[in-house]
Amino acid sequence: MANAPAHDSSQYYIPHHSPWPIRGSVALFTIMLGAIIYLNDWAGGWVFLPGPILLAYMFFGWFATVIDENQHGIYNLHVDKSFRMGMMWFIFSEVMFFGAFFGALFYARVLSVPWLGGQGVKVFTNFILWPQYEGVWPTNGPGHVGGHADGSFRIIPAIGIPALNTAILLTSGVTVTIAHHALRAGQRGKLALFLALTFLLGFTFVGFQAHEYGEAYRELGLRLSTGIYGSTFFMLTGFHGLHVTVGAIMLLVIWLRVLRGHFTPTRHFAFEAVAWYWHFVDVVWLGLFIFVYWL
Amino acid sequence: MAEHLAHDAAHDDHDHKPHGWRRWVYSTNHKDIGTMYLIFACTMFFIGGGAAMLIRLELFKPGLQFFDPQFFNSLTTMHALIMIFGAIMPGWTGLANWMIPMQVGAPDMALPRLNNFSFWILPFAFTLLISSFFVPGGAPAGGWTMYPPLTLQTGASFPMLIFSIHLMGASSILGAINVVVTIMNMRAPGMTLLRMPLFVWTWLITAYLLIAVMPVLAGAVTMMLTDHYFGTTFFTAAGGGDPVMFQHIFWFFGHPEVYILVLPAFGIVSEIIPTFSRKPLFGYEAMVYAVASIAFLSFIVWAHHMFTVGMPLAAQLFFMLSTMLIAVPTGVKVFNWTATMWKGSLSFEPPMLFALAFLFLFTIGGFSGLMLAIVPADYQYQDTYFVVAHFHYVLVPGTIFGMMAGVYYWLPKWTGHMYDLKLATWHFWLSAIFVNVLFFPQHFLGLAGMPRRIPDYAVQFADWNMVSSLGGFGFGLSQLLFPYIIWKCVRGGVRIGNKAWEGAHGLEWELPSPPPFHSWTSPPSEAVIARGAAH
Repeated sequence: MANAPAHDSSQYYIPHHSPWPIRGSVALFTIMLGAIIYLNDWAGGWVFLPGPILLAYMFFGWFATVIDENQHGIYNLHVDKSFRMGMMWFIFSEVMFFGAFFGALFYARVLSVPWLGGQGVKVFTNFILWPQYEGVWPTNGPGHVGGHADGSFRIIPAIGIPALNTAILLTSGVTVTIAHHALRAGQRGKLALFLALTFLLGFTFVGFQAHEYGEAYRELGLRLSTGIYGSTFFMLTGFHGLHVTVGAIMLLVIWLRVLRGHFTPTRHFAFEAVAWYWHFVDVVWLGLFIFVYWL
Repeated sequence: MAEHLAHDAAHDDHDHKPHGWRRWVYSTNHKDIGTMYLIFACTMFFIGGGAAMLIRLELFKPGLQFFDPQFFNSLTTMHALIMIFGAIMPGWTGLANWMIPMQVGAPDMALPRLNNFSFWILPFAFTLLISSFFVPGGAPAGGWTMYPPLTLQTGASFPMLIFSIHLMGASSILGAINVVVTIMNMRAPGMTLLRMPLFVWTWLITAYLLIAVMPVLAGAVTMMLTDHYFGTTFFTAAGGGDPVMFQHIFWFFGHPEVYILVLPAFGIVSEIIPTFSRKPLFGYEAMVYAVASIAFLSFIVWAHHMFTVGMPLAAQLFFMLSTMLIAVPTGVKVFNWTATMWKGSLSFEPPMLFALAFLFLFTIGGFSGLMLAIVPADYQYQDTYFVVAHFHYVLVPGTIFGMMAGVYYWLPKWTGHMYDLKLATWHFWLSAIFVNVLFFPQHFLGLAGMPRRIPDYAVQFADWNMVSSLGGFGFGLSQLLFPYIIWKCVRGGVRIGNKAWEGAHGLEWELPSPPPFHSWTSPPSEAVIARGAAH
């Protein structure tokens, strides 16, 4: 055994050591520490800055290493498959993260708000504390928390920017698929064009979303603090918007790699991983559009 | 980078073991990372155990003796968080790291750099959590379940609690992804799914549970964070939210979590009992399906943790019946372990002793769990020491004994030396006796009405509390033997060959002891795999 090769490289690839994970851990710790210090008012907002910079440095370095190894042809199909599975399970964990917030939305709409309005088993809460409360969605609760000075607020109608954003994201799902087909057919020009379209659509989506948030805060009285509607609305769309931003940045990176001549018609895991992520973000949006904006 | 690659390629033909601190901090080796996980878990076990000793010290006599109630509540909260997230989960991941590549015929984990990342997040997470003892207001004291509105009143340590949970969750998710990918993609050709050792199977299902529920916990604590600092009203009725909603989301994570804590122990016991009975595991496939059923059921039983919050009757009935259903696959497992021993040629080395204690004492915890599942009975047991006794029976002589059984089973493989069997047997008997002295009286206390999470109690509970505390001190002190035995075994001892135990089967026993730095440098042959798969 002792004289056998360290590993059969036709089967596996084992990197020998890497400084990036520990740098990532330090970056995460710095982010958390900054947030703790800031939230406890022990120092100003600047303490939050170093962490994300370190994290960006880690991502840049770690991915540069992986891309470099990949360009040297070190990864075989076996490693490729490990990456694929890893990405799929990561997306599954993201689905469950959104599941928690969708769960909160459904719980509020189906159970807690009707109960507060005097329906079902919790009738006494309404009877004793808030006999006037009707419990109709959308609501900022019986205490009329947040919103305008009189406790009222308006919501963003589904037909308008949200419908436009739906069209934008669905289109970007199509363009990324066209780009994928072009990659497999070896049509690099078409690939670069449609990939660029995809992340431009993504950033456009984020721009519209930011505009919508501005309007909600300034004019509609709809804020993060506007009761359970504002809480679920901003947490769901906010985390989704964050994911769109990250996904669009990932697409941008892939596009830059395409321009550098990376990826072959048969081997392009990173492209596919980002495309999966993009479709995941797309599907989450459909859930948001239906359950947050529309119904 | 290019020089690195050339360098790596040039050294591909021998065991490349980096030296100094870089070996550990930059490690991509499943054994080194596994060792770090195990050392970390052991350290946390003693810190969490220290908190438990202080709790038992305060409860030794009625009246407030040593601590103010706030600090006492911090101790119970931190004891639970440290034991669950710091000792048990990293302990299992450490064992997974060491054993799974060896057991499936792989050279390492599938994603070695990610493996390093998931470990090195943990020391930072626990630095945050444990240092919360020293900030204004003290450590979190609202219970490890973090229920609002109480936990929202936590002082400066509140964001430390939330962010350390986020970090632990990230670590667990990344670690679990690595385990799933390793098992699904790194098995040697011929190592089919239904040839895998039970430890690998139970970890595969555990990892699936982790990926499914840790993000939900992250979501729950994020809502707590925004409720505290950013004005959301997820858990405030005035804003249309509901504090009980937190309990639903938390226990949707929390119930699968308890199976995350115990399933790998099922796997280990399923390896040890056949080895020391010198018989194949009875009903291998039934064992696999039972674990999968338990995992499935774990998603639809969560509200049995909250029967008394005032749920609709239909929900109470549903959660009561689904909870009782878990007894069926668990019963399959207990009977199969028993049937494995039937007419076997048994011997009682330390791993087997711990596995047998697991079998008996975990079953006691299972039975008290059935009692707690009965809604009207639970109305009396809720938040009493009966609950404390129940989950400690499941977690200490269940999970912890299972983990110790695993360590005593594989320690000779890791070190190449047999450990001090006599001392380990002492460790077992002291643990097994004291754990019952510690926790069995808590059943009586709970049935008599003693509430949990209190620093003081009525005098009629005095006698059994004193007994329980004595058992606690005995149990705590006996655990000091554990690191000593391991340390002694690492230092030296009788050399062993590939197989530490004559009845052992599995690919890990086909490798030398200690195994080479990269476990299976080329995949084992079909014949070797067939020899390993005893069932």
